[in-house]
Amino acid sequence: MTETTTSATPRTAGSGEPILKLRAINKSFGPVHVLQDVDFEAHAGEVTALVGDNGAGKSTLVKCIGGTYSIDGGDYLFEGAPVKVHDPRDAASLGIEIVYQDLALCENLDIVGNMFLGRERVSGWRTLDENTMERMAGETLSGLSVRTVKSLRQQVSSLSGGQRQTVAIAKSVLWNSKVVILDEPTAALGVAQTAQVLDLVRRLADRGLAVILISHNMRDVLEVADRIVALYLGKTAAQVQRADVTQTQIVELITAGHSGNIGLLPTANGNGNGNGNAAQVAEVLGIADGIADEPAAVADAAADAEAAAGTEETDGTDGVQGAAE
Amino acid sequence: MSTQPATENKPGPVQDAAPPARTATTLLGYGRERVERARGGEMGSLPAVAGLIVLVVFFWIVQPGFLSLYNIANLVTQAAPIIILAMGLVFVLLLGEIDLSAGTASGVCAALMAVMIVRHNMAWYFAVLLAVITGAVLGFVIGWLRAKARIPSFVVTLAAFLSFQGIVLMQVGKAGSISLPDQAAKPIITLEGYNNNLMPLWLGWVMLAVVAGGYALVKLRIAVSRRSAGLESEPTLVTVAKTAAMVILGAIFVYILGENRAIQQNAFFNNLKIEGIPWVVLLLIVLTVGLTFLLSRTRYGRHVYAVGGNDEASRRAGIRVDRIRISVFVLCSLLAAVAGVVQASQLESVASNFGAGNTLLLAVGAAVIGGTSLFGGRGRIMDAVWGGLVVAVIQNGMGDLIKGANSQAWQWIVTGLVLLLAAGFDAASRRVGGADSR
Ligand SMILES: Nc1ncnc2c1ncn2[C@@H]1O[C@H](COP(=O)(O)OP(=O)(O)OP(=O)(O)O)[C@@H](O)[C@H]1O
Ligand SMILES: [Mg+2]
Repeated sequence: MTETTTSATPRTAGSGEPILKLRAINKSFGPVHVLQDVDFEAHAGEVTALVGDNGAGKSTLVKCIGGTYSIDGGDYLFEGAPVKVHDPRDAASLGIEIVYQDLALCENLDIVGNMFLGRERVSGWRTLDENTMERMAGETLSGLSVRTVKSLRQQVSSLSGGQRQTVAIAKSVLWNSKVVILDEPTAALGVAQTAQVLDLVRRLADRGLAVILISHNMRDVLEVADRIVALYLGKTAAQVQRADVTQTQIVELITAGHSGNIGLLPTANGNGNGNGNAAQVAEVLGIADGIADEPAAVADAAADAEAAAGTEETDGTDGVQGAAE
Repeated sequence: MSTQPATENKPGPVQDAAPPARTATTLLGYGRERVERARGGEMGSLPAVAGLIVLVVFFWIVQPGFLSLYNIANLVTQAAPIIILAMGLVFVLLLGEIDLSAGTASGVCAALMAVMIVRHNMAWYFAVLLAVITGAVLGFVIGWLRAKARIPSFVVTLAAFLSFQGIVLMQVGKAGSISLPDQAAKPIITLEGYNNNLMPLWLGWVMLAVVAGGYALVKLRIAVSRRSAGLESEPTLVTVAKTAAMVILGAIFVYILGENRAIQQNAFFNNLKIEGIPWVVLLLIVLTVGLTFLLSRTRYGRHVYAVGGNDEASRRAGIRVDRIRISVFVLCSLLAAVAGVVQASQLESVASNFGAGNTLLLAVGAAVIGGTSLFGGRGRIMDAVWGGLVVAVIQNGMGDLIKGANSQAWQWIVTGLVLLLAAGFDAASRRVGGADSR
């Protein structure tokens, strides 16, 4: 097993066997080929950021992992063994929990009711064992150092966005889960609440869970991620260690799909050459204008370049991974 | 900073994981929490109880006969079928659905029962059983059409409402009404006090003792186990107060209905005694306790609330949403059948318009007035009880208050307005609760 380094130097953790590994996953909705040969790995004790532009397929990938959608083809390996995940129960029994983009809490139930939703404890005469549930919920929340909720019997409708997110995340760790997936947990939050939630995300990883974090917020990603997986138009653009890339490179991976990889062969761990890469991409794609100004144009051009270049970018990804290890 | 009381929010290291603060254990905290909940739109049955008191006082002032012994017993028997129908509707409303056919479903079941007893000489208990099973089957069909065929419940149950009315018409036939025979259907018509077959006086007191004692015991057990688990619990004083209120009100009720309410002016009836509680009250208590248990203490009940609150979240949590959806329609129609039996008991017959007209409107009104939300996710069985009493009081009071040609018309208008008022209240409390502002 992987040694799960706690807090001190998490950036180096997670080499070795990934707890979750997807190989060449495909998923179509009718004629729309949303995921094309996607590779994905997550390691215990690490925060893996899953980034990509709107419509890149992040939520779809996560729903495939969680069993909401079943995959059309490819390998799904959990702890090294191939598994079949066809509905959310399968994923849950493996120890995979998802906190959805839309929170999936019942506003009319209290915190305890929500945390145990669908898995209520019953005692004699099939009655709800409220005491045990409340105690366990309280322990889980305090174990995550959550102190922002006043009472566990508060209805969720009376909670703030950050508190709701906290409840949803705490719910996912109540079940000795091994992989927790968070779909844009900070999207609707203010500065302070975002910090709280990111703190919580970090603590989950430090407890040895594999955390997968979807986010559009570059600061979030830079702050908590150990590894970064970039999706681009339904394909894996890169799987890299956070320490090996700069913010600019990540942005390029998201918007153009491959910029980071191209100039990133032997000496790619330097910081200064991000702009150089961008320039290179622009050159390759035949665009003179700044990338940030017209991401859509870049994306289109990139798609064309991709069609011409075949599997070039995947090779590039491997190169990055090799460099990291 | 130094002006702050020493006990409040001491700054300092908060590293250790303190459990969430306990607020509700003290009386003050309990009161504060209640007020907070009311502000958040969670009023429970409070408005219904307040409305009930106001209405009773009002009708009593304008019409002293309203609180006559005879009329009080009358109120209870009038309220019973409305309450039972409303109990079933609470389940459906909890999912944010509606069952417009509940009234006429009760008609179909009651008519079937009557036909079986009168024309096929079926024993009354088999006939009742058949009626209840028929109710469940009708509910299953409606629920299936809603959950599996995905037809909106409004349409499904509107269609059922019309068809069921036709079925009753067919069952009852040209006679226009089927009278329940005194002998063959005696236990059924006894339910609502036919021929003054009422509970013996002692049984009324025993019933009160069992209910109040049971309530106190359950509350006490919960409090003890919560305290030993280190959790906050309702203040003892509140439990004691609630139990005391129950005992006092219950004792007044049992005592009043234990008095002889026969109108003794007629020499012929001089030695007649009408005293005791109608048997239907026992049925109401059993249903209230049983269904409250089902909703608040079982997984099934929790899942009903969950699906009503957020069906997508429930699905993701592994709850079989379709089954829950079908089940509430089954329960609703089943309880409608029971309500039909009770209504038939009161009328001692089943007419061709049984369960039509404003039957459903009154029951929906009862549930909503009691505090059940039309938007789903909020409601309790007690809502049906309080709301049903309010509706019965309005019906009964108005009936005596307004005389003349238009009295029926006014009853309809006032009932409609009350329903509208309750629904407006519901919508307003939902806005306050913030559910709309997303
Ligand atoms: N059920 C579906 N049927 C058809 N197409 C779908 C379906 N779900 C997603 N898609 C398509 O798949 C693509 C990827 O969608 P997805 O929601 O996974 O993107 P995303 O990366 O999560 O985007 P965002 O950042 O906006 O959340 C989109 O083009 C979307 O239109
Ligand atoms: Mg998404």
